[in-house]
Amino acid sequence: MIGLTHYLAVSAALFVLGVFGIFLNRRNIIIILMSLELILLAVNINLVAFSAFLHQVHGQIFAMFVLTVAAGEAAIGLAILVIYFRGRGTVAVDQADLMKG
Amino acid sequence: MHPIFTSIAIAGPETVLTLGSLAALMLGTFSGKGKALTVTSLFAVAILALAGFTLLDAPAGITRAFDGLYVADDFSAFLKVIILAAAAASVLLALPWLNESGSGRFEYPVLLLLATLGMTIMVSANDLLTLYVGLELAALPSYVLAAFHRQDDRSAEAGLKYFVLGALASGILLYGVTLIYGFSGSTQLDVIAGVVSGQTERSIGLLFGIVFILSGLAFKVSAVPFHMWTPDVYEGAPTPVAAFFSAAPKAAALGLLARVMIVAFPGNIAADWQQILIFIAIASMVLGAVAAVAQTNIKRLLAYSSIANIGFALVGLTPGTPEGISALLFYVTVYVAMTLGSFLVVLQLRRPDGSPVEAMADFAGLSKTQPKLAAALAIFMFSLAGIPPLLGFWPKFAVFQAAIASGLIALALIGFVASVIAAFYYLRLIKIMYFDEPAVPLASEGSSVNGAMIAACALFCSPIGMLAISPLVAATARAAAALFPA
Repeated sequence: MIGLTHYLAVSAALFVLGVFGIFLNRRNIIIILMSLELILLAVNINLVAFSAFLHQVHGQIFAMFVLTVAAGEAAIGLAILVIYFRGRGTVAVDQADLMKG
Repeated sequence: MHPIFTSIAIAGPETVLTLGSLAALMLGTFSGKGKALTVTSLFAVAILALAGFTLLDAPAGITRAFDGLYVADDFSAFLKVIILAAAAASVLLALPWLNESGSGRFEYPVLLLLATLGMTIMVSANDLLTLYVGLELAALPSYVLAAFHRQDDRSAEAGLKYFVLGALASGILLYGVTLIYGFSGSTQLDVIAGVVSGQTERSIGLLFGIVFILSGLAFKVSAVPFHMWTPDVYEGAPTPVAAFFSAAPKAAALGLLARVMIVAFPGNIAADWQQILIFIAIASMVLGAVAAVAQTNIKRLLAYSSIANIGFALVGLTPGTPEGISALLFYVTVYVAMTLGSFLVVLQLRRPDGSPVEAMADFAGLSKTQPKLAAALAIFMFSLAGIPPLLGFWPKFAVFQAAIASGLIALALIGFVASVIAAFYYLRLIKIMYFDEPAVPLASEGSSVNGAMIAACALFCSPIGMLAISPLVAATARAAAALFPA
């Protein structure tokens, strides 16, 4: 029987994969965008699992909002990436160092 | 009347901003090529003023709308006034810069209106869903604004960095939201408070949720473990956009942070988030003070200054008392005036070839070439440093007083030391302006609107501003009381 804990474990694993995908990847900014989507999907699994467990509909409504916002976020991210590529001619992560923080 | 109309009437500023931003987009699209930016900007300022007017006849006390998703009270009204004023100033101060730089597109005021709408939703959020939607509505236009000067590689890179780190912070915050929803069974802040205070033993799930939410919000206010983006984004983004980022979003995110922590997690669990906040506040104050010493770029200096100031403001939130929240609101009000004033002076100055000023060395001898602007910047720097007769001293005093009253003496002491270190770099800029020989004779851009705004900010931060303290403190005390219903 697959219970709440299993869903939470899968979601936690996806979340951690997403975070590591952002920090360990030195090659391509597109991979960062994919990792961000992975984080949001982990969140959605959590929301739907809790929603089913609590016999409430709130979590599923929340998941719909997250999906919508994620679509907008991806669109804006890709648009910014396009103007970045136009100027620099590369999407490599370690080339993004005009300013040192 | 159908309840949805009652709710829309209660959410007056948001309704005005929603319809106004759509109208501004139409106005910009259909007005002539040359004047679209000016027309849309003035229209945006009118919309922001109208949204402010709807706050005037708001009912007293705490009013909920949209089935408890949204709350209008004195706390949200106070912060909305600051946010709307800072946004209106940010629209006006950008006009000369945008016209000169060749990025004079009318989307700037439209995006700014949308971001402001998100911020007003943030401070009125009474539910984790509203919190998330407001936060994203404020963040998404901000990413675009950071990359607004798209011909400039640095602006595109600032936008990209802000986007990646901002989206990561939203993801972390959202993960915390799901944990809190799962372990409390609700997304509404006051219902969560009921569940939390009914618990006898500490729930690990809730604790993790709080940590994740605090991390996400710490990013939004640029507090220390999550501050890395701030100097890069301030340096790369167009200067008017950096001025906007340093004022309104900080007020909104601090208000949101205060409401979530005070309303949703009172009682026993408060000790847990207080520990985290103490760490964040100390780290922000110290790092903001120490790292700024080595900066040579004025925008990066102001970025580190804003990190340190957020640390001081968080000292007010840490005790979780009405006095502390009142001090926090007082601090935010004065900080917004100081930071907008400093950015306005930077925006107003031009090198002889017409390029904007960024290096601190360019300020050498400013008191001889531009005595008025140098005097204004000196007032802002003395005020940021917290030198007594200037207004910047009093909110610092108020937050430390609130911390000491709750027994957080070590926190107040460290804050005091950090503000002494921070005084070094503020005073160094004054020394460069007043005692160094002029290197390049800087010109003033000469916009009378920006000049008037500089004068207003300088007057507010000068000792004359002390006249405003007693009405301001009365207003902040009323606003803070709204978070602590008897």
